[in-house]
Amino acid sequence: MITVRTSPHVHDWVSTDKAMVMVTIALLPSALWGVVMFGFKALLVLLVSIISALLTEWLLGKINKENTLTDYSALVTGLLVGMNMPPEVPLFIPLIASIFAIAIVKWTFGGLGCNWANPAIAGRVFVFFSFSSLMSKFKNPWVWGSGAELVASATPLTQVKMEIASGLSSEVIMAEAGTPVSAVASSISSLTGLSPYTVDAFFGFTGGCIGEVSALLLLAGGIFLIAKKVISWRIPLSFILSYALLNWVFGGVRGGNGLFSGEILLPLFSGGLMLGAFFMATDWVTTPTTPKGEVIFAIGCGFFTFLIRCFGSLPEGVSLAILLMNMVSPTIERYCRPKKFGFVKVEKSKEAKA
Amino acid sequence: MLKIATFKRGGVHPDDMKRLSKDCPVERLPMPGELFVSMSQHLGAPATPLKKKGDRVEKGETIGKASSFISADVHSPVRGTVTDVRKVRLATGANADTIIIKPDEEQPELFTSAYDWKEMGSEEIQALVKEMGIVGMGGATFPTSVKFSVPTGKKVEYLVINAVECEPYITCDYRLMMEEPEALLEGAMIAAKAVNPEHIVFGVEMNKMDAVELLSAKAEEKGYPISIQPLKMKYPQGDEKQLLKAVTGREIPSGKLPLDIGCIVCNTATTYAIYEAVKFHKPLFERRITVSGECIRNPKNILAPIGTPFSALLEYCGGASDGLYELISGGPMMGFDCPDGDVPMVKGSGGLLAVPDKIGGREFPCVSCGKCVQHCPMGLMPNRMYRNIKNGNYSEAMALGLMDCKECGCCSYSCPSHINLVQGFKLGKKMGRRK
Repeated sequence: MITVRTSPHVHDWVSTDKAMVMVTIALLPSALWGVVMFGFKALLVLLVSIISALLTEWLLGKINKENTLTDYSALVTGLLVGMNMPPEVPLFIPLIASIFAIAIVKWTFGGLGCNWANPAIAGRVFVFFSFSSLMSKFKNPWVWGSGAELVASATPLTQVKMEIASGLSSEVIMAEAGTPVSAVASSISSLTGLSPYTVDAFFGFTGGCIGEVSALLLLAGGIFLIAKKVISWRIPLSFILSYALLNWVFGGVRGGNGLFSGEILLPLFSGGLMLGAFFMATDWVTTPTTPKGEVIFAIGCGFFTFLIRCFGSLPEGVSLAILLMNMVSPTIERYCRPKKFGFVKVEKSKEAKA
Repeated sequence: MLKIATFKRGGVHPDDMKRLSKDCPVERLPMPGELFVSMSQHLGAPATPLKKKGDRVEKGETIGKASSFISADVHSPVRGTVTDVRKVRLATGANADTIIIKPDEEQPELFTSAYDWKEMGSEEIQALVKEMGIVGMGGATFPTSVKFSVPTGKKVEYLVINAVECEPYITCDYRLMMEEPEALLEGAMIAAKAVNPEHIVFGVEMNKMDAVELLSAKAEEKGYPISIQPLKMKYPQGDEKQLLKAVTGREIPSGKLPLDIGCIVCNTATTYAIYEAVKFHKPLFERRITVSGECIRNPKNILAPIGTPFSALLEYCGGASDGLYELISGGPMMGFDCPDGDVPMVKGSGGLLAVPDKIGGREFPCVSCGKCVQHCPMGLMPNRMYRNIKNGNYSEAMALGLMDCKECGCCSYSCPSHINLVQGFKLGKKMGRRK
């Protein structure tokens, strides 16, 4: 049997649905880590957000008379929404966030490929401003042993925020606040001289949203995606580097410590920065398509994250920064077209000599 | 050791699949029962048929006459009888006048006496190239005599022999390099005599390092001023724009020819055809073709007369396996699908592939991942051009550089949503030109 189609007749393995599965696989270790750290309630939050996202997608597909569940984009959105929730959040919040993400942010604009904002981020931001206090209650991981009581605003980021304002180092502030340290971290810290809180934030023995605590696992997932060519290295690297650089140069200014005194590692490893840089700022749909545009987009993300974290009133700014850059990404693309082949001035005399 | 050159922007890395037929020496195809010699085997105006039904033809006789400046003569590959002259469909879908020849049982041994080309002048060689119907055998089939007629005032600095063979599966040029390295080098020297370049460079992709070494050794042995340039494996390295960028560092300006930057590019098989044409006065009437693909039982490299129907080649290679497959004339990135095996071989046919229909799957909406933009070797924005074409806005697509697109297929190859971008551009060019 012969079939006929136009060229090319071979194809790269990447397809939209397979890429979505890859993203899910890359996210899973970090999500599972959150479940291990924060217990059964975290699992429930994840399940509620995933199932409500899938259900919304399916119901809206009924209106359009098409089944878009098999592109798995709703699965990724649901998982990301869940991973962006504090572990002890009431279950109606992830439900609302997922429905908002899929129905309002994605579907009303025309479904996959047409939304202007990352659905998961828009969903998170929507519930964050709707239920600010509920969204700011975090739980300590059980490894700290000091009990599983709810602590309002106990993530390292809030302490970093205090550091920025007071000018003291985060280590001093966290020690004063009585923030516990895991046994692993204290031994590593005594060996290397790093702050034990930084080590805890890197491994994920810390408070925060379900999916964002372990910088290590998110980093591993991100590198997996880059190796599989699902995402490019440009966005995560430019995002992280620009933020680290800005925070290092200007991070200490507000506390009166002058330039080049900001902390680098703890802010990088805590909060949603790793999750945002590798999994949300790299969303195909809402980022520029040209390489130069991607870099500008990511630097913008890093800049606004720094601005909000350092000078804003909120401790966390990653999702707002990405949302902001999503809005300008078509404009960035318009002004960052690639250079076309064959449009250089031929330098004949110069090249003939070479 | 030479530096490995490549082009910077875009490109993709498909599996080269050359292992299927890489080590199969070229075999001569037993004479097929009927040959379908098309009059439209080259870019430009089709040749005018000189024979009619019932005429006798001699091996190497001119049976089609070039009808304009950009056109080429067509020669009979065999001694035999013309059974019919009618329109036959080619792999590209074009219908063209075709002389159908039934070969005799006994075939003469011709074109064995060698001529001394070193005595010939540039004009004499160019005349022979024209007379013997040489065209670019890499696929574009541009008449070589036209390419070689350098306008006065223009200087050829580089003669680049395109031995890249970047299309997956195809290995006939590789076999040619391994089996006839001396003839190829001599062919390059003959071509050089015709166009008088400053440098002669062979561009060979890195997956053929044995050919690079063999050619370098032979060139040194013979004392030819030819350099062999290994190139990084990257599709479309064998496109003349990318090849020249890699070898000379120059970019052909949009809408211009290699000659405008002082270069002439000549394909491996063409170089060999020039060698035969000038040294033995042998017209171009047979060529090497790779019959390969996962669905071919015994992949082979075959020397077959022009006009051989693809069905005869398939049969010689044990046929194609059952199941759904595509029959591709050319390479998998830019080749054309044939609906059946009745399509005849032409001067530009470098490959006949039977590959399983691997793409399939459903088309998703564009997710603006930017892969097409990042892989486009021409620096275009396929996503934007496609959107405009889809909405019928052809003039905007042209403004975005649609005419610079050479349909290499990098965008469609990398598109995760399986959008048929190249098909859109082919349509867009036709519609855009119409306005």
